[in-house]
Amino acid sequence: MNSQEKAIDRAAKRAGKGDPLHAFKSESTGEKIGTIVLYLVMTMLVLLVLLPVLNIIACSFSEPQAVISGKVGLWPVNPTLRGYDAVFKYKKFWIGLRNSIFYTVFGTFVNIVMTVLCAYPLSRKEFTARNKISMYFVFTMYFSGGLVPTFLVITKLQLVDTIWAMIIPVAMSSYNMIICRTYMVNSIPDELYEAGELDGCTPFQYLIRVVVPLCKPILAVLVLYYAVGHWNSYQDAMFYLKSENLMPLQIVLREILILSDVDVTMMGSADALARQRGLKDLLQYSLIVVSSLPVMIIYPFVQKYFVKGVMIGAVKG
Amino acid sequence: MSKQSQTAVPAPAGDSGKKRKKKKLGTSYNWQFWAIIALPMIYAFIFAYVPMGGIIMAFENYSPRKGIFHSQWVGLRYFRQFFTTPSSSRIIINTLRLGIYSLLVNFPLPIILAICLNEMRSQKYKKFIQMVTYAPYFISTVVLVGMMMKSMDLRTGIFNTVLKALGFQPVNFFGDASLFPSLYVWSTLWQTAGYSSIIYIAALAGVNPELQEAAIVDGASRIQRILHVDLPSIAPTIITMLIFNSASVINIGFDKVYLMQNDINRSTSEVISTFVYKVGLTQGDFGFSTAAGLFQSAISFGLLVLVNFICKRLTDTSLW
Repeated sequence: MNSQEKAIDRAAKRAGKGDPLHAFKSESTGEKIGTIVLYLVMTMLVLLVLLPVLNIIACSFSEPQAVISGKVGLWPVNPTLRGYDAVFKYKKFWIGLRNSIFYTVFGTFVNIVMTVLCAYPLSRKEFTARNKISMYFVFTMYFSGGLVPTFLVITKLQLVDTIWAMIIPVAMSSYNMIICRTYMVNSIPDELYEAGELDGCTPFQYLIRVVVPLCKPILAVLVLYYAVGHWNSYQDAMFYLKSENLMPLQIVLREILILSDVDVTMMGSADALARQRGLKDLLQYSLIVVSSLPVMIIYPFVQKYFVKGVMIGAVKG
Repeated sequence: MSKQSQTAVPAPAGDSGKKRKKKKLGTSYNWQFWAIIALPMIYAFIFAYVPMGGIIMAFENYSPRKGIFHSQWVGLRYFRQFFTTPSSSRIIINTLRLGIYSLLVNFPLPIILAICLNEMRSQKYKKFIQMVTYAPYFISTVVLVGMMMKSMDLRTGIFNTVLKALGFQPVNFFGDASLFPSLYVWSTLWQTAGYSSIIYIAALAGVNPELQEAAIVDGASRIQRILHVDLPSIAPTIITMLIFNSASVINIGFDKVYLMQNDINRSTSEVISTFVYKVGLTQGDFGFSTAAGLFQSAISFGLLVLVNFICKRLTDTSLW
């Protein structure tokens, strides 16, 4: 990992050393054309990603009439906040948001505890059974019993329609555990364990006092992975939950965005029925923006951690 | 890369007495390691291995009252049922069509994106493009499909507004079964291309700069450098990712297909995973559903082992 990081740094420095414009001038004609084509293609790519999103944002701020007649391009027509007003008055939205926050925070906490408990023994060569136990977990990554047997286990454990159905069946991902184990093996010097052992430190004390503090960078990555997973998943809730007041945000979003099933009485405005069609569209647009906003605001700050996680994950144990 | 991680830090060369003592200490602490890992092991046992045992249901007429060990044994009846009904063969074809189409588009294009990004000299613009292309990965599937339905709406969607402005006929994207595979594959590309390219960008950054410089000195053009220096250098990464992705030819995930499905596109959008859900949890035909699911996971596991074996033989790169 270390030599690889150095190589990345070196390549970055080398590439960033020269002024791009200066480098461009020194190219041959053929290479210049190549460079221009490259920049044009990449710019088109960025536009392809951005334009549909900008259109959605513009629609969410536009007047309902303009939205349903398809007049909105990249800029709002007769700007209004009525769509957002409808979202914030929609009761199910708040119920879903509350549940999603709970599942994400609590679920991620359980994930991290389980992942560390599993990755640590597998990272220690003093643990004699570690290769066999690793296989035990790796196999679950490639083969599973399938939907119905899993559903029956969860039913037998009486988890159906409880908050635990959203936490316990997904308590750990073997893939993330392997990432964590790889980090522990590569980044914590073995000498620390030997020194600890000489001082009478037991494996459990070593975990709490040395491994967890030293693993903070990878734990940050895993918190992000797990949290995004909890926040974005809907199928577990669809399979295992029944009560409306346990449903996470994604299920509410599915109802409104995919099934187009909007409960007008939940919007809490008396004249909503009259403008239902237009307002419903507007509500959908605004909901897309509101529900993606938290992740998109945090995203630029955590982007580098995700990149790091992918790179550690690529180094298999 | 894999070799690097496998080489554990070599034990300091000490006298054998010290070594023996250390080993003894480590062994005496083994029970603590077992205690720490017990909870994850119980978890994996209950939620991964017990369901694997539940696969027996694929061979019996499961009755909840009689339980899994006393239900009537029917052998391969459900598999015969699955392979002989015409609707099932259509489901298998749909699954393979999506899987192969998706692999052909979503595997090579992120590599090309990574190579293009690697060729860009303006670091600021490169960072900007990376940030924009990674972002869709964090949109949830529900919101992504919701966005598609809004943007591709026959009357109000921006796609059709643009098509009409260019003088084309509007297209009913979600109301045309033949368009479903393309919608599924290209929207997946939109969402994951940037994220999938990260690993190749990292690999490209590790290419030995001396090789590049030597190629430039020898008068290699940009395309030649990409083909003869960059690609061979990142080949192990590409092969590893190919092995990982090979099983996806039959493993079409449930979530996105289920959301994009409607009555009109069902003839191309019904895949094994959505069929397993409908037959199992909606209609309650547990045995048949488990059989269909088992067919899928057995094929995908077999594919993974097979592709891994072939790659190991041909290239020395493999997962295990």
